[in-house]
Amino acid sequence: MKTIIRGGRIIDPTNKRDEVAELMISDGRIVSGIEDRDAQIIDATGLIVAPGLIDIHVHLREPGFSWKETIESGARAAAAGGFTTVVCMPNTSPVADSPSTIAWIKDRAAEVACVNVLPSGAISKGLAGEELAPIGSLAQAGVVAITDDGHCVQNNELMRRAVEYARMVGVPVLDHCQDYNLVGNGVVHEGYWSTLLGLPGWPAAGEEAIVARNILLAELCDHHIHCQHISSAGSVRLLREARSRGVKISGEVCPHHIALTDESIQNFDTNYKMNPPLRSERDVAALLEGIAYGTLDILASDHAPHAKFEKEVEFDQAPFGIVGLETELGLFIDLLVHKTKTIALPRLIELFTLNPARLLKLDAGTLANGAVADVTLIDPALEWTVNADNFETLSCNTPFTGRKLKGRAVRTIVRGETVWAL
Amino acid sequence: MNGPQTGGMRWQRKDLLGMRELSAEEITFVLDTANAFKEVGTRDVKKVPALRGKTLVNFFVEPSTRTRTSFELAATRLSADVINISASTSSLTKGETLKDTAKILEANQADIIVLRHSSAGAAQFLAERLRSSVINAGDGAHEHPTQALLDLYTIRQHRGAIAGLHVAIVGDILFSRVARSNIFALLKLGARVTLVGPSTLVPRAFEQLGVAVSHRIDEVLPTVDVVNLLRIQHERQRKEYFPGIGEYIRLFGLTKARAKLLKPDCLIMHPGPINRGVEIDSDLADGVQSVILDQVTNGLAVRMAVLYLCGGIAAR
Repeated sequence: MKTIIRGGRIIDPTNKRDEVAELMISDGRIVSGIEDRDAQIIDATGLIVAPGLIDIHVHLREPGFSWKETIESGARAAAAGGFTTVVCMPNTSPVADSPSTIAWIKDRAAEVACVNVLPSGAISKGLAGEELAPIGSLAQAGVVAITDDGHCVQNNELMRRAVEYARMVGVPVLDHCQDYNLVGNGVVHEGYWSTLLGLPGWPAAGEEAIVARNILLAELCDHHIHCQHISSAGSVRLLREARSRGVKISGEVCPHHIALTDESIQNFDTNYKMNPPLRSERDVAALLEGIAYGTLDILASDHAPHAKFEKEVEFDQAPFGIVGLETELGLFIDLLVHKTKTIALPRLIELFTLNPARLLKLDAGTLANGAVADVTLIDPALEWTVNADNFETLSCNTPFTGRKLKGRAVRTIVRGETVWAL
Repeated sequence: MNGPQTGGMRWQRKDLLGMRELSAEEITFVLDTANAFKEVGTRDVKKVPALRGKTLVNFFVEPSTRTRTSFELAATRLSADVINISASTSSLTKGETLKDTAKILEANQADIIVLRHSSAGAAQFLAERLRSSVINAGDGAHEHPTQALLDLYTIRQHRGAIAGLHVAIVGDILFSRVARSNIFALLKLGARVTLVGPSTLVPRAFEQLGVAVSHRIDEVLPTVDVVNLLRIQHERQRKEYFPGIGEYIRLFGLTKARAKLLKPDCLIMHPGPINRGVEIDSDLADGVQSVILDQVTNGLAVRMAVLYLCGGIAAR
């Protein structure tokens, strides 16, 4: 099977390419020099031809919560969002803290997923933060990272041992930064709106305390710690200072943390409830600055499906999180490239390909000759309106229905095969 | 019924969710309506037929005796049929969601649901999903509108008007729905508000709502026309917020010595239940400046007004 993608602008940051050229695929790999008459032609005039995008932070809910999402439906949602590779979080049931669960996820993904699904493993057994998960065995079973996402190891000594151990077996550590004592039962950003509405506040300091802890441990252990879903100005400041000294620390941004502020919670709509919470305009400005100056160099969705009946409850009792795979790229292109002009499109693609691939040492995110042909075609000027009814994900917990966006993926190719097209 | 109307204003709301959403005109309208119902309580036959044939459900997911009783009496005086449901008798304890429980109540043709709930936003959650009238009887730390209305009514009864008065609210503001509803309402009617209490329970963030914050009660007391003391609940998971009751009394309690700082006509209010000897000296609670029992009596009239106004809209 041969394919020629013709007329598009190839943007491949990994190989420093940005040119209008043909991209050729044969037997699932990028090649050069195939003849027209053998090949299927895809007209990409006016489109961006990018390496398949990578989202390193998604919840696919299997095993254990298949009414929210399955590996199959979550992978379809990824494809519809332009992603060819996703990293799924270990807060499943059972928790992905044993090689057998990792093996099950990989087998299931091989069977039903239309994109590459890479599992992460737990830092601590049962995500309980009390004893180390078998990190070495998880690495052998094929996890690309360890994380207690949704939870956060509070015991600094245990976290130190986890980072040291992860360094030995060569897996990076991803951390959900939340100090339980400072955050308490907080559900929204502590500030004007929490004061007005009487909702328990989740102070920015609750994130920053753990970001600071992680900076210290990354230095102490000389190993990379990646801070997930950074939401506050203080975290950006801490990361900037540490990275300027060469500390192995990084941070990612989710679209909702730059698209919305805590003002959105005023009608107690639980589709605006996420963890960490939506913060102030000042925090949004700092995140944009962090993206512009490279302090925050990975973009991710924190795709967190929940069923309607689970979200349709009292605000403080609703689960945190929103679905994100199918709105993520559109929101980021619309906000970062078009509206705020924070970064140009090639840089945005870098944050979705080169940087996550480098962090997790993935064989992905490149259009080099011989590479696996995972490709995303993007129309950066296409205007569309978000409608949860059209989502591939099983859940519809999004605050973005009705939002008009400019830019989206129009075709997703995995191992040379089109798995989704608009 | 043709929709309650006086003085050119027509009441438009089927629900009473909070004071923040009400205009000054609407607040005054409720207080004026309560005036008429106050008189009913002085009659030999304390009953009018305004809500005859209507069913009111007192749905108290969080325990309360005082507010529930007041709503029950108010509804009874308006000739409504009343049933009381508490968390322990509802299916919420069996895992049924709030939405489902409320839908069941509506399917049983409840006209008015009075909701007390521990979650902020719970009343709005119900109001958006039900045709029945929903009255917020306290949602988490968010709002307790009928308490604010009866407080305003009591102040107006004794001082004639709200505008221009200086009101101190003292105590656990952070966790208080009474404080928030009072702040919104008092500011709308032109009063000045100062919040007093330990910095942990009265964070500076409240200044953004348009009120003053003080941690020195002795400086505030001589300047106020009303002091509203909130119940201190040190026993309920608040141990990290201040060191203890003894220190609270020393720093913020309205003792006899401190009461001497008050203007002679300053009103002393308390939403109850009172901790005698904690937020207020026992004799002061029963003293000439105290209007605490007036608040209770006025609560009935105000709640009759609210049920009458909102129930009238729901019926149409």
